[in-house]
Amino acid sequence: MSALLQVAGLAKRFGGFTALEGIALDVAPGERLGLIGPNGSGKTTLINCISGALYNDEGRIAFEGRDITRLPPFQRARLGIARSFQIPKPFRSLTVLDNLRVPLEYAARTRSAHRRAEDEAMRVLESMGLAARAHQDSAGLTQVDMRKLELARAMAAHPRLLISDEAMAGLSGAEVDEVLEILFKLNAAGITIIMIEHIMQAVMRFSQRVVCLDAGRIICEGTPEQTVANADVQRAYLGA
Amino acid sequence: MFSADLFANAVVSGLLLGGFYAAVAIGLAIVFGQLDIVNIAHPAFIIAGSYTAYIFNSTFGFDPVLVGVAAMPVFFAVGVAIYRIYYAAFERTGQESLSGLAFFFGLMFIIEVSLILVYGVDYRLVSAGYATGALSIGFVDLPGRMLVPFLVALALTGLIWLYLSRTFMGRAIQAVAQDRGALQLMGADPIRIKQWAFGIGIATAAVAGALLIIIGPVEPSVGRQYIGRAFAIVVLGGMGSIQGMLIAALLLGVVENMVATFYGPSWAPAVSFGILLLTLAFRPAGLFGR
Amino acid sequence: MRGWGFPAACAAVVVAGLAFTELADNPYYFNAAYVILQALIMAVAWNILGGFTGYVNFGSAAFFAVGAYTSIALLKAAAVPLPLLILAAALVCGLIGLGVGYLTLRLKGVYFAIATLAMGIVLETLINNWSYVGGAKGTAILTPDKHLWFDSYSEMLFMVMLLLALGSVAVSRTLSSSRLGRGLAAIRDDEVAAECSGVPTLRLKLVSTTVMGAMMGAAGAPYPYFVSYVDPLSAFNLFIAVNSIAMPMIGGTAHWAGPVVGALLVGSAQEVITVTISSELNVLLVGIMLVLFITLAPQGIVGLVRKHWKKRA
Repeated sequence: MSALLQVAGLAKRFGGFTALEGIALDVAPGERLGLIGPNGSGKTTLINCISGALYNDEGRIAFEGRDITRLPPFQRARLGIARSFQIPKPFRSLTVLDNLRVPLEYAARTRSAHRRAEDEAMRVLESMGLAARAHQDSAGLTQVDMRKLELARAMAAHPRLLISDEAMAGLSGAEVDEVLEILFKLNAAGITIIMIEHIMQAVMRFSQRVVCLDAGRIICEGTPEQTVANADVQRAYLGA
Repeated sequence: MFSADLFANAVVSGLLLGGFYAAVAIGLAIVFGQLDIVNIAHPAFIIAGSYTAYIFNSTFGFDPVLVGVAAMPVFFAVGVAIYRIYYAAFERTGQESLSGLAFFFGLMFIIEVSLILVYGVDYRLVSAGYATGALSIGFVDLPGRMLVPFLVALALTGLIWLYLSRTFMGRAIQAVAQDRGALQLMGADPIRIKQWAFGIGIATAAVAGALLIIIGPVEPSVGRQYIGRAFAIVVLGGMGSIQGMLIAALLLGVVENMVATFYGPSWAPAVSFGILLLTLAFRPAGLFGR
Repeated sequence: MRGWGFPAACAAVVVAGLAFTELADNPYYFNAAYVILQALIMAVAWNILGGFTGYVNFGSAAFFAVGAYTSIALLKAAAVPLPLLILAAALVCGLIGLGVGYLTLRLKGVYFAIATLAMGIVLETLINNWSYVGGAKGTAILTPDKHLWFDSYSEMLFMVMLLLALGSVAVSRTLSSSRLGRGLAAIRDDEVAAECSGVPTLRLKLVSTTVMGAMMGAAGAPYPYFVSYVDPLSAFNLFIAVNSIAMPMIGGTAHWAGPVVGALLVGSAQEVITVTISSELNVLLVGIMLVLFITLAPQGIVGLVRKHWKKRA
């Protein structure tokens, strides 16, 4: 079975600073991949390159066998790459429901009548436990609801690949479980997930495979147990 | 048609004009180039500077350049006050891109219309001994009304450059331009630094205004012609670099003067816009950007 | 019932407008109404880019003037009928909006704002140097003597403006609740998140600048007939640009009704102040009101009213 996402020889520089170098990464359909590494190691830069918010300087990115290296972000979203943001970026002037209608109407291209997009947005909100908030202004949500909205909006794009960027940062233990539950459910529905996370407990529970970045390079890749046991990872990240 | 001394005169007076443009743009190079505040009212403050020079020159006979320098503290204070309002109402709430712009647009309009209400739309001018004389070197003429603004503008640019690169506050301003977070870690308050920098930016308008009215008579709406020029210079100079700004200003002065000499003065205002659009379309990092 | 409310209101306004032309005789009323309606179209147009999409246009006067000068250029060449003049002006100004947008909108938003500001100066320079349309000293346009069934040409122009205004409000209202409108709102709120949600941001911004330009051009097209003498100074008047920013900002930019409320209130107040006090003071007051509203009540009148309603509900 060929990979859903293929990243080969990827490099990204900001001026003289090399943020990413020689990144090679294949993600299989249906996989749950954890991406870890210290702050500034290039995790967010990598997913910015994959989602198209940044263009990489070297290397190529392929999605479902198709080269997307030069594709603008909105076209990648339409192909099925969705992401959530580390710092939630809701459409603040829209209601929670309308926040979902944007990706539904643009990325998932639900072109049919109002009603259908609205019904579907409601269904996604229900699955996230946000249905009661549907008609509220998104700017007034609580921290945990804001994070759920990030995921819900990504889901509404009908993605094949979901990249979750620290969706649990700052949440309580019970809230972390709640978000993890959602991610498991999405994966069971066939969506491939890349999860960036600092909460190691969540990474260990969720990931089938873990990749560790340090200073813009992949230093280790393997099962969660292998990664945690790796000496480089211990030194660079876990601080043992 | 084409003669060497016409050409040489066009280049030299273009350089003189360009030097003056540096005084017009330097405040914006700090405020827009470094602080990222789109103060489109800057030229209106320059006109306010011109009228300050005009008032003190016509009633007390003071030298316009001295008036401009003496008015700097007042302009500085006004700048600080405006930044405080701007920060509290727009920057803090993330509204600077729409409401903040409209705010400065409103300020520009209020300054212009207030001046019209008080002084009318008649052209005003100042009298100074050097403004009527001229220095001739070979076949090149250096009229005093251009030469003095040129020299004062260069001095102003030099001083600001020294200030930004040599003093603690100057370097703090540059730091705030690059990374706000790092500065907070150092324990400095970026808002106070920005307020200081904004004040300096407006203070330069007092001098630039005095220079403007030495070069020629001024009426309130003249300021609008300098919006395109000032922004074109700052963008072309690479957003916030003082040296880049100076070179861009001299370049614009020469090109504008060439166009005025060989195509007619009525085309000159279009030059800066052309340069601005071309820069944005092809070299948004400016002449010297990477 | 809900779906018919707006068309019914529009029809009522048209009937009221027609009745007004039958009943009133004093030409001052029609001139004043024309000026207010012209400002209303400009405000609604500005708000499509400014309010819905979040990008500032300072060059409204330039779009308006190019609309007026498109009419003049065509009228110098042939006796082109008014509806065609309006169409042509909308086309030309839509293209200018598209062009300026294309050159600057790929960069940070402020560059678009600065470009529109400088654009006014350049287009004014061009017109000043174009002797075919009168150059700097301007040109006179003869008002045609045919005016359908109306008593005078200014009554007919008033009706034309009323229809144009209703049309622009309808466009703006439809837009605000459509898929396109949600795309624009997403851009205004967070451009990166919009793009990652599949919104083709550059394309939508260009649609927005084009529609805005076209509306402003259409508003300017009948102007030569209205004033019968046009020079660059009056057509590129900064006051037009200030009004088209101030009216939506005062009325409220987030809702389609904001610029309408703002234009009707501010426009009527301006007519009263101009007649009773002075036109310079009136100009100053708009500037002050603009600054006060955006610092103290950024959501505008419509925003304040909605907030009040929500609280009570």
